[in-house]
Amino acid sequence: MSTQAPIPNIHFKVQSGVYAAREASEKLLHELAPLDLNAEETGAIELVMAEALNNIVEHGYPDPQNGGPISIYCEHGTKGLNIKLVDNGLPMPNGKTPAGLAVNTDVELKDMPEGGFGWFIIKDLAKDVAYTRTLDTNRLDLRIAITFGAKN
Amino acid sequence: MNLSSRTEDQLRVVSVNGDRIDAAVAIEFKDAMRAETDGGPETVILDLSAVGFIDSSGLGAIVASMKHMGQDRTLALAGLTPPVDKVFRLTRMDTVFSLFATLDGAINELQP
Repeated sequence: MSTQAPIPNIHFKVQSGVYAAREASEKLLHELAPLDLNAEETGAIELVMAEALNNIVEHGYPDPQNGGPISIYCEHGTKGLNIKLVDNGLPMPNGKTPAGLAVNTDVELKDMPEGGFGWFIIKDLAKDVAYTRTLDTNRLDLRIAITFGAKN
Repeated sequence: MNLSSRTEDQLRVVSVNGDRIDAAVAIEFKDAMRAETDGGPETVILDLSAVGFIDSSGLGAIVASMKHMGQDRTLALAGLTPPVDKVFRLTRMDTVFSLFATLDGAINELQP
């Protein structure tokens, strides 16, 4: 039996903007502190949050003068952290997340990609990534595997 | 985004004096890198030892800096902390740049 006390479900909001990802990561990691996550786990959470939030800020709310709220939900389940991001920005093109293929680095310097890494990183580090659009709301679900109750 | 640079053995060493290269500072970083590398020695070593976090925007900004330097110059990266190293390996950008565990190692290897 694990003696780990479950953490309460987490829910908070940030306003879209260049600092939204930093703010959201910092707040989430603070709330998750009782889980004593190891450096690799906190690194994965911070990176996935950064990429997912930056996508919402850049593509969901592309007009910096007309941003909006991003809600972050997180619950500690048996298979890891179930994270849900909800915003009222523009829908994903084609109603789904980009494929997130690895970028091709075997090209000439001038053709080297400067972007397109974000969804690849999300899909590599997170599981069960699912996007749904309902009326004017985007919802992105994902799971980050963590070692339940592990101390490091 | 604060960068500082010095020239040593015909190498330009640019140090990042900040712990994050992320979306909030990516454009600033790119501009600062241009200022530190334009017209300087052929080989530039970017010292990332103070950086504990990089996201895809930061990675893109480093790629842009290398492209701006052009085909005939070299941008090497030194002192990658584990979270930064992970992003380079994950995206396979470790095959595009010369990566060095330490700044001293990079200087020893790259001095003409």
